[in-house]
Amino acid sequence: MSVVFDEKIQQTLGNANLQLAIYTSTGRLMDHRKKSLTGQLPEYQDLRTHANAIKQHTIENLDYYLEQLEVNVEAHGGKVVWCRNAQDVADFVLQLAKDRGSRLIVKSKSMTTEEIDFNERLEHHHLESVETDLGEYILQLKHERPYHIVAPALHLTRYDVANLFEKELGVPNDTVIENQTMLARRVLRDKFLQADIGVSGANFLVADSGAVVLVENEGNARLTTSAPKIHIAVAGIEKLIPRAQDLATFLKLLGRSATGQPLTVYTSFLSGPRRGEEVDGPDEFYLVLLDNGRTKVLADEEKRQALYCIRCGACLNHCPVYRKIGGHSFPWVYSGPIGAIITPQFMGTRHEPGLPFASSLCGACAEVCPVKIDIPQVLLDLREDVVKARTEDASNQLEKFAFKMFAYAMTRPKLYRFAGKMAAKFAPREPWVRHAPGLELLPPVKGWLSQRDLPTPAAKSFRDLWKERKG
Amino acid sequence: MPRVSLFVTCVIDQLFPKVGIAMADVLERAGCAVDFPEDQTCCGQPAFNSGYRDEARTVARHFLKVFHGSEYIVVPSGSCTSMVSHHFADIFADYPSELAAAHALEPKVYEFSSFLTQVLKVDDVGARFDGIVTYHDSCHALRELKIKDGPRQLLSKVKGLELREMDIAQECCGFGGTFSVKFPEVSGGMARTKIESIQKTGASTVVSIDSSCLMQLRGALSRAGLPITTLHLAEVLASR
Repeated sequence: MSVVFDEKIQQTLGNANLQLAIYTSTGRLMDHRKKSLTGQLPEYQDLRTHANAIKQHTIENLDYYLEQLEVNVEAHGGKVVWCRNAQDVADFVLQLAKDRGSRLIVKSKSMTTEEIDFNERLEHHHLESVETDLGEYILQLKHERPYHIVAPALHLTRYDVANLFEKELGVPNDTVIENQTMLARRVLRDKFLQADIGVSGANFLVADSGAVVLVENEGNARLTTSAPKIHIAVAGIEKLIPRAQDLATFLKLLGRSATGQPLTVYTSFLSGPRRGEEVDGPDEFYLVLLDNGRTKVLADEEKRQALYCIRCGACLNHCPVYRKIGGHSFPWVYSGPIGAIITPQFMGTRHEPGLPFASSLCGACAEVCPVKIDIPQVLLDLREDVVKARTEDASNQLEKFAFKMFAYAMTRPKLYRFAGKMAAKFAPREPWVRHAPGLELLPPVKGWLSQRDLPTPAAKSFRDLWKERKG
Repeated sequence: MPRVSLFVTCVIDQLFPKVGIAMADVLERAGCAVDFPEDQTCCGQPAFNSGYRDEARTVARHFLKVFHGSEYIVVPSGSCTSMVSHHFADIFADYPSELAAAHALEPKVYEFSSFLTQVLKVDDVGARFDGIVTYHDSCHALRELKIKDGPRQLLSKVKGLELREMDIAQECCGFGGTFSVKFPEVSGGMARTKIESIQKTGASTVVSIDSSCLMQLRGALSRAGLPITTLHLAEVLASR
């Protein structure tokens, strides 16, 4: 584990207000999800199985469906732009902005653009890019990354927002949520009207219709994609589904898993630019299809199920570790259990070698995943990768030696029994201890005792008692 | 008469041996012939969960050898049971002969409470325990083995016992094997969240089917100086 990862965890654990905010907000999302499923969707488990099968099929035939998508997007008058990485996306947008004389971009919420530091890259070239989702807007003012895939400002209270608006927008400190929302709305309305380009993500890309599907609650994505003259949708290549009819499966799962809504307030199906007889919509439409490491993940048959994710955030809300360490402890934009299996695959296991180990493997994530990603299984696979790939510093060597000893002793019953007897002989007689003199230098013992009392070996092991019992 | 081989697990053998004896008592009273294969050690899970798959495979191979001839293998742990019945197949995926042996073992391995409810089909073992208890669902039992109602049924038949549910009975206690020492503060925080929920029930005893969860909870309860005890289900069912 890196020092940075550990520090961020300690900071979050040590902040009582933050702990309360995370626990309350995720708890509310858990309750909403549960209510929306209890007695409401009897086919829920079948839908999950079906969604998993569709995703598996699509990921295994991605080349075929991507080509189909491109043909259908271009048939509607759109243009598909293939990008290998963040730089490719920035180059494309900057060139287009230059050609069209654009100065202002409005953006709707998109984790894919977070992944490639979209705003920062454009601002570097004096192109303003404004987030229009309320949570994302708040975070942009605060210069922070999303705390959560679905609820980006989950960690902030209305008091935090009041202070932020006062400082950044020069308005009086107002803690009434409705007033804060109206203020953001006024600021953002102007931006929508002035913007030259609207940038969105995509929840689904439909291969057989060439449509981009967006789900949202604020209406800002609909404005982003229809008010400016140019719409650019940025999507990872894994966002594909084969047929429009597959949405019947995914839309039922996504809203409920994310926020407990049967459907989000707005569901938009966007098929290319405005055509002759239509009254609204952009003049130009571009679909940016991003690789950024996805084809590398695709090559791993076991772990590529991470690409099935539809970004509902349910695994974060239900994760007892996320609920303690929060979103900003994670080393990349994707947090929680899904972040723990995406990050090492996209960025390499050395990016944060401790990440796959930051889980009790409780499986709550897999239980609620609407597309049935076996997150604990992928974590186990990643742990093996980390152990094989990491550099051998002193603590890693000690651990490696310990597990070699473990395997040696556990396959030699006499040695195992002898070691047990020795431990029992020298152990204190009280069953639970607060200190273990001499052993506290060992990191595992020290770690355990920092939080809990330690059980001592029993004077007689089970096998001793068993012999006595048999007489 | 079912012939049962106990796999008591290394944790119970060394730290909580009375749990193993209690399990043997209950099984014998329920009409089983119980034996204890002396050469048993561990299932290999600590290595497997830490990314040391080769070392885990070595230990798992030993397990296969020891329990090769057993009719039933009964385990006082959901986690260790799941290691054998779910994950052995994974670690032996590229080793055909051991894979076959692991598959042959899968239908014979039972977590203690599910052996009672599913194989012996008993829910009343004639136990008596005076007190208010709450049941902690251990994660691997709950989510990998789908054990949820069985232990509660068994507890509900114990005379003198009142079972009270926690609001978060199914939430992890924070143990997670080496997670508990690699991320001690997070693990400890999870235990304390669970303990708050335990306290709200007014129970004086927490019961589970996994001694490692109980080690985590008891260690944290003891550190907090709270007068709540922990017992393995087998200990409750063995009391009279």
